[in-house]
Amino acid sequence: MSDASAPVVHQHAAPSKFIWKYVFSTDHKVIGKQYYGLALVSVFIGMMLSWLMRFHLVWTNAAIPGLQLLSKNGAPGGVMTPEYYLSLLTMHGTLMVFFVLTNAPFAGFGNYFLPIQIGAEDMAFPRFNMMSFWVTLVGFLVLIAAFFIPDGPPISGWTAYAPLSAVGKDAGPGLAWGQNLWAISIGLFCVGQLLGSLNFIATTLDLRTKGMTLSRLPISTWAWFITSCIGLLAFAVLLPACVLLILDRVAGTSFFIPAGLVISDHLQPHSGGSPLLWQHLFWFFGHPEVYIAIVPAIGIVSHILMASMRKPLLSVKVVYGSMITIGFLSYMVWGHHMFLSGMNPFSALVFSFPTLIITIPATIITMIWIGSIYGANLRFHTPSLFSLGFISVFVAGGVSGFFLAQPSLDIYLHGTYFVVGHFHFVMGVAAIFGILAGSYFWFPKMTGRMMNDTWGKVHFWFTFIGVYCIFMPFHYLGFAGNVRRYSSFVDDYLQPLLPVHKFITIAALITGAAQFIFLFNLIYSRFKGAPASDNPWDATSLEWSTTSPPPFDNFGGRHMVVRHGPNEYGVNGAHGDFIMQDSPEPEPAGD
Amino acid sequence: MGKLLAVVLVLIAIASAVPILMHTWWMPEDISTHGHMIDHQMSETMAESGIAFVAAQLVLATLVGMFGDKKDGRKAKHLPGGARLVVIAAVVLVGTEVLALGVFGKDAWAEVYFKKPPADALPIQVQAEQFGFYFRYAGPDGKLGPMHPDKIDEGNQNFFGLDPANDVDSRDDIVSASLVIPVNKPILLMMHAKDVGHSFYVRELRIQQDFVPGLDIPMHFTATKVGRYEIVCTQLCGLGHFNMRAFLEVKSQDDFEQWLKQQSQ
Amino acid sequence: MSSTALQPGQGSQSPAPALSGIWVAVAAITMSFAAFTSSLIIRQASDDWRHLVLPGILYLNTVIILASSVTLEVARKRISDLAAMRSWLYFTLGLGVAFLAGQAFAWHQLRAQGLYLASSPNSSFFYLLTALHALHVIGGLMGLAYTIRRATSVAVWRVATIEATAVYWHFLAALWVYLLLVLRTRL
Repeated sequence: MSDASAPVVHQHAAPSKFIWKYVFSTDHKVIGKQYYGLALVSVFIGMMLSWLMRFHLVWTNAAIPGLQLLSKNGAPGGVMTPEYYLSLLTMHGTLMVFFVLTNAPFAGFGNYFLPIQIGAEDMAFPRFNMMSFWVTLVGFLVLIAAFFIPDGPPISGWTAYAPLSAVGKDAGPGLAWGQNLWAISIGLFCVGQLLGSLNFIATTLDLRTKGMTLSRLPISTWAWFITSCIGLLAFAVLLPACVLLILDRVAGTSFFIPAGLVISDHLQPHSGGSPLLWQHLFWFFGHPEVYIAIVPAIGIVSHILMASMRKPLLSVKVVYGSMITIGFLSYMVWGHHMFLSGMNPFSALVFSFPTLIITIPATIITMIWIGSIYGANLRFHTPSLFSLGFISVFVAGGVSGFFLAQPSLDIYLHGTYFVVGHFHFVMGVAAIFGILAGSYFWFPKMTGRMMNDTWGKVHFWFTFIGVYCIFMPFHYLGFAGNVRRYSSFVDDYLQPLLPVHKFITIAALITGAAQFIFLFNLIYSRFKGAPASDNPWDATSLEWSTTSPPPFDNFGGRHMVVRHGPNEYGVNGAHGDFIMQDSPEPEPAGD
Repeated sequence: MGKLLAVVLVLIAIASAVPILMHTWWMPEDISTHGHMIDHQMSETMAESGIAFVAAQLVLATLVGMFGDKKDGRKAKHLPGGARLVVIAAVVLVGTEVLALGVFGKDAWAEVYFKKPPADALPIQVQAEQFGFYFRYAGPDGKLGPMHPDKIDEGNQNFFGLDPANDVDSRDDIVSASLVIPVNKPILLMMHAKDVGHSFYVRELRIQQDFVPGLDIPMHFTATKVGRYEIVCTQLCGLGHFNMRAFLEVKSQDDFEQWLKQQSQ
Repeated sequence: MSSTALQPGQGSQSPAPALSGIWVAVAAITMSFAAFTSSLIIRQASDDWRHLVLPGILYLNTVIILASSVTLEVARKRISDLAAMRSWLYFTLGLGVAFLAGQAFAWHQLRAQGLYLASSPNSSFFYLLTALHALHVIGGLMGLAYTIRRATSVAVWRVATIEATAVYWHFLAALWVYLLLVLRTRL
């Protein structure tokens, strides 16, 4: 299958001791699985936090059995206090955005598959790669430690606006050591991501195998590459923000805290700082971050769709261009999180314009997907179902963006459940669908076994219908002006909305429970799943040209030579309606 | 499976759209002079995005239903017009939508933020703190006295840190826990935060504005209907955030003057 | 375990990944210092800034770090003679250590004036920017030490190592000049 005349090169021998093989491994495949495992733990913790939150919103004064074991102060007798609700909210957001949505699609799948898809034996800097995972893991542990300190996790949200997050314990529970742990955790996370981005970029530029030109990179590799460029510059700004926050908190500086603040009857000993500075720094990172969460999913879904439709997309180059445009524009729109923040109102219009424009490349990508289905031979298995579902939920999340991009509508919708509905659809649903599609698709390659497709389909149906039941009503609540981040609903105008919240909570509990179908499928199939062939999906990219799972050096000593693009589907191949990238067949004649 | 997905997509699209079309849960009545511009913009955006959402789901459903693998060996084919058609359609459709929304939307924003408050606007200072709003009126002398953070004393209800003993202007200042205003008269709020970030939101007035510690932010509006409305905080400010609320009471001019006189006593 | 990066000439025909990696790192560090610079500018909208006289030794330190760039370039030119190259690398390392000692002295001088991290926004930014730069210089010293170690034997020597180290070190010198300008004009 590969060029037999190329020299067989063993770069290094596989380690044999457990600690070097599985713990401090420099093998990108192990590191990818470690990141994925960390994301899996994080998502289940995050999901259970959301159950606690949703339960409390509807049955506010009820005791949740056992909750007092998690926090004596936060839930005396099992009844959640308002501050503990905010702690859970903060940890939910922080875990999900950082440790799930940045870890799984990018660090997880990217680490595992980028080197293989470009025909390399490993990442460019394997030791930095190992360090990046371990720094991230330590960051995770530091964050989780906040649950176990007496004062609990911080209550300032994943956005940690100053001065609430900067002044310390006067402003509320959890804002002393809880907030410190948060800031340290996120700072460490930044370092891990920067090391990761470094690896992805250098590897993609320099370690492509013979014949793997940039235009022959699979779309998922393009997506990881673009994401790492976005992430490099974004995390390089969040890290300074965390440094400044920590200094304000422990060193008495005043980067974010102005003079004259009286909190808990104490006049705060700071002056001259600017709360808006935190918001600018945070959102300059925060907006590109959401594209870091979605672009890998766009790449993964596109990759899977082509294999599922048995045809290439109408134009992958247009999708590349759109992804790059989105990446570029993502740096110009951060102020749309700050329309009502007190910044110059003229700036609002300036930020609104690129925010509206960014819709265009996103729509182009969506319409390319939909248009590509015309004339397809769609195979319906779990990966393709989640990929098609992705299109649906991406549209749902995208259209609510139209409203929020306009400052005049933001006057009414800001701070309401409409915003929560929007970002959950694009991140909490669409990006997760990308992760799930990738999981079902690549599980056979990573483990040598197939996941059970029947149970996968059951998981899909519960999840797809469930997420619409949970998150579509958030928009209705937003139109009614239901404010977000409230631990309970006491205002008069909110009372008629309580039945909606009850519906959402029940839907969330059921949909959440369905995720355990996926977890059990994952674990069971790992040990008892049907054996997988090298290429169960009849796909073309280089990962399918090696064994399932791949050997230590990815290709068993072969030096891969690439002769075809990644999207040769719907052609007259020697083995079917496709041609693999390293196949010695000639290019199909004509079109 | 494809047909099933198609049916579910159609049902989801319809189910999502129905509560919106029927305004089952919707914005309350607008009681401001500028709100109609926001409401108009909202309806325009709703129509355009609603059509986009439903159309996308229906087209996706149709194609998914039609183009399943029939396992008859035929090769996949491309949409006539290809990527070019799609890109042009996306740019034209979304581009015009975006331009329209952006160009017309700025007027509603400008009405609230670029227009200067009229000279006769009634100035009222609003202070947001953990966890309540307090309002200060200038009193007959028309001047608000200076605030001294070190003099703030919640226990003695000195929320603004006033020093009437030494500051003449503070002596006739009226402090209230409710925002009481006359109908059909422009109001100029001066928004001040005592401790952390908060936000001021009155749904019926179609206004919302963050309080930023260290800044004093002006905001003006005119209420057009007498009544009692909730003011809620929309910026996470601590454990009492959910409970941070005050009431806006819009009174007739006579009732307002009466109330003002009562407060002065 | 040695790096598994493919040697130049194998795989694709592009430069060794060390060089791509270092330019990527330079981009990230630039972005971070841009964020700090923006923070400084925004913070200057407040009127609590008190002019800070920069300790004179900073100018000497500037000469030292620029000299270290020169010695590094001399080292690079001596690449055919590993022993000579190593000597010039040692000079560079020495000058780098001298730079750090000089920065520590500058902090000492500020402390003697009673200016600490939180004394004023001026002193906050002074300590912050110089400390973070110094931290990256320490990283550069580690890179120089690594290069010197690799230069002891032709078998393990790679040109890419000194190329990458040089990019990083010159970047730090340029960054210092930029920071000095910011400190001088804004504090």
